[in-house]
Amino acid sequence: MKENSMLLQKQLLADHFDALARARDEGKKVVYTFVPGNLNELVRSFDLLPVLPEINALQSGMRKLSGGYITEAEKSGHSEDVCTYVKCDIGMLRKGNIGPTGKPLPKPDLLLLSYTGCFTFMKWFELLREEYDCPVAMLHVPYQSEGRIEPHQREYIVQQLRSEIIPKLEQVSGREFDIEKLRSMLRLSSKAEDDLVWVLESAKNTPSPIDAFFAGVYYLGPIFSAFRGTEDAVQYYRTLRGEIEERIANKEGPITPDGPMKGERYRLVVEGPPNWTSFRDFWKMFYEEDAVVVASTYTKVGGLYDQGFRHDPDHPLETLADYALGCYTNLSLPARVDLLARYIRDYRADGFLVNSVKSCNSFSVGQLLMLRQLEERTGVPGAFIESDLVDPRYFSAANIKNRIESYLQMLDQKRGAA
Amino acid sequence: MACTESECVADCVRRAETLAFADPPPHSIGYMPIYVPRELIHAAGLLPAGLYGGGDRLEIIRGDAYFQSYICRIPRSTIELALSGHLDRLDGMLFPSICDVIRNLSGMWQMLFPDRYVRYIDVPQNFDPAVGGRFWRHELETLRRDMERIAGRPIDDEALRNSIAVYNENRAAIRELYAQRSRAPWRFPLSEAYLVLRAGNSVPPEEHTALIRDYIRGAENDLSRREMDQSRVVLAGMFCEQPPHGLLVTLERAGCAVVDDDLFLGMRWIQGDIPLDGDPLQNLVDAYLTASATTASRYSPEGHRAKWLLESYRRNEAEGVIFCAPSFCDPALLEQPMLVAALDRAGIPHTEFKYSEDTGQFAVIREQAGTFSDSIRLWSAS
Ligand code: SF4
Ligand code: SF4
Repeated sequence: MKENSMLLQKQLLADHFDALARARDEGKKVVYTFVPGNLNELVRSFDLLPVLPEINALQSGMRKLSGGYITEAEKSGHSEDVCTYVKCDIGMLRKGNIGPTGKPLPKPDLLLLSYTGCFTFMKWFELLREEYDCPVAMLHVPYQSEGRIEPHQREYIVQQLRSEIIPKLEQVSGREFDIEKLRSMLRLSSKAEDDLVWVLESAKNTPSPIDAFFAGVYYLGPIFSAFRGTEDAVQYYRTLRGEIEERIANKEGPITPDGPMKGERYRLVVEGPPNWTSFRDFWKMFYEEDAVVVASTYTKVGGLYDQGFRHDPDHPLETLADYALGCYTNLSLPARVDLLARYIRDYRADGFLVNSVKSCNSFSVGQLLMLRQLEERTGVPGAFIESDLVDPRYFSAANIKNRIESYLQMLDQKRGAA
Repeated sequence: MACTESECVADCVRRAETLAFADPPPHSIGYMPIYVPRELIHAAGLLPAGLYGGGDRLEIIRGDAYFQSYICRIPRSTIELALSGHLDRLDGMLFPSICDVIRNLSGMWQMLFPDRYVRYIDVPQNFDPAVGGRFWRHELETLRRDMERIAGRPIDDEALRNSIAVYNENRAAIRELYAQRSRAPWRFPLSEAYLVLRAGNSVPPEEHTALIRDYIRGAENDLSRREMDQSRVVLAGMFCEQPPHGLLVTLERAGCAVVDDDLFLGMRWIQGDIPLDGDPLQNLVDAYLTASATTASRYSPEGHRAKWLLESYRRNEAEGVIFCAPSFCDPALLEQPMLVAALDRAGIPHTEFKYSEDTGQFAVIREQAGTFSDSIRLWSAS
């Protein structure tokens, strides 16, 4: 069963990849950049087309191509120890850079290295710089180590936007920076963000009308990627919200790949990214057991909108800075624990699960301590599983299923004892 | 009876070894790799203590419970050191921005030791004085205030200038050691020089400088040291988690004379002397922007990542490069394909292996390094 919002999103993506395939012929310029804290509105305000290698990697994972790409990269000397997103991208490049719709992706005219929440990003684009003869614009985003954004951090980013990023975007696009255009895009971002937050918070209902992790990653697609700041994104989120309003009115649960969920026995919070190579099997392990994810942190890697952040057209550069600083993986570990504890409480979760992915030190280092601290603080028991983002070698379905089932049984026993 | 030169060297190395693995003394500020402005800590009358993990001498009992198997070793042994009381005497801990592991470790520290001083040192990746420079100055001003508070005394400009001079001396001595080693590696084997350098993490810089100079003098005059038939190699990838000492010995026994490396890069991060006149804090800022070492965790705005390695290869008249990086070390291992490609383009022989700080078996490495060293000698002979 396809809802209108799903069809809309599919169309958005198809149109975008078509535009990318035509970019060279139409003389359009292309910017590669990353998801967390990205400058989509700014890029789009220069009529440049964004490509997000992380999204390509995750889509390669879902289409079962990533294993081959990773092997290709490892054969050419990339270590088995490092982030598989990078290797998936490099492997895809070596195999012709064919995008998710089967059409080749254009080469970048600029690598926009916005460096939020992960050191690997820097090496990733340095590796791509070796492949493409194009300029790099680096935006260094400091870390929120003290659990808050400091004014000098914001100022540092704004200065980089002025002295490094905007001039390079002007150069590549051949256009002048148009602050009014940026403002109007930020206005659209903020509208879409309002509806997105409404959607995420709908999981506070019982039953929750959404799965805030497995379906959540689809809901986040447009806002995290190439569409924030566009009318299309506003329309997408308005449509999505309408559908969920209906589900709430009908007291319906989330929609899964096998149709609507019948019951809701467990409400869970999830920390960490999903696995993309076995995404549906992974999800099934939850919905088969009537477990629904009511809040997740992965859906905050592109912004903590639910904690109040909105793009602010009145302060266009400052708001881009705050956005870049505020993404989930740029938060200190204590701030991450605070956020998760809030989710467990506010969404009335029965439990929480950490999916620790091998690729991503930014997420994974410290998760075992986070687990302990969360259990202590909330009294809610947690579960810990390990997998990877796009490396099929690290998804052991039987082990993970076992782990989830016994964890849910434990929650049952706890409930019975209470 | 006066000791012979070789006895003096042996003595110096023994002393260095004792110091190299010592617990930090009182009134120290611990710091993780790679770079922190030690001058600011020293100027407050505190000792900057470089923490480089537990090596192969520490049994990990609790540390493993904090980290998944695919994370490098240094954070778990550092946590082990802290939980077992070895770092209790530290007045604070600094975590420089080198990678996501150390970054998140700073947060773990905040959670595990809420009463202790912890600071993440966010070095700029933008090198424009008006942008990255301004940001870095702000970070250093904060650090200065924090050090003043911990030490209970102000850091005036004169004290800071004095500390800069002390570290200029220390860096000069280290440069001298590297230069001598490059000229005559049989006289200054890395397995010794390593200990002499590492000792600098737990003693005041003045004392460390004297130790380096003693060692250089002793080894220079030790006539029992003879030139050996070894291949001249540069080691790359060891800027953070340390190789076990046995690995360095193994490399030498396998016929490799190490003429340059990136060990303890933080000690010689600033290339050359920092000026003493003018505003000393600004001089620290400018030195970072204009005279920093190149390494995987620092962004290279221009040019090729491998530039430093090619330069080192040529300057030191090396014959090959060994990439020797810790397992699961993202910065080093992500960098490696770029360096390898550059060496291939330049026709420079290289080999690669990984280690962890507690690696205990060196047979495979000895075999690989030996074959590499032999092949270099064959090439250069032909
Ligand atoms: S390390 Fe994590 S955040 Fe960084 S690129 Fe890889 S998956 Fe993304
Ligand atoms: S060894 Fe590498 S990955 Fe580990 S903490 Fe050091 S720099 Fe980071």
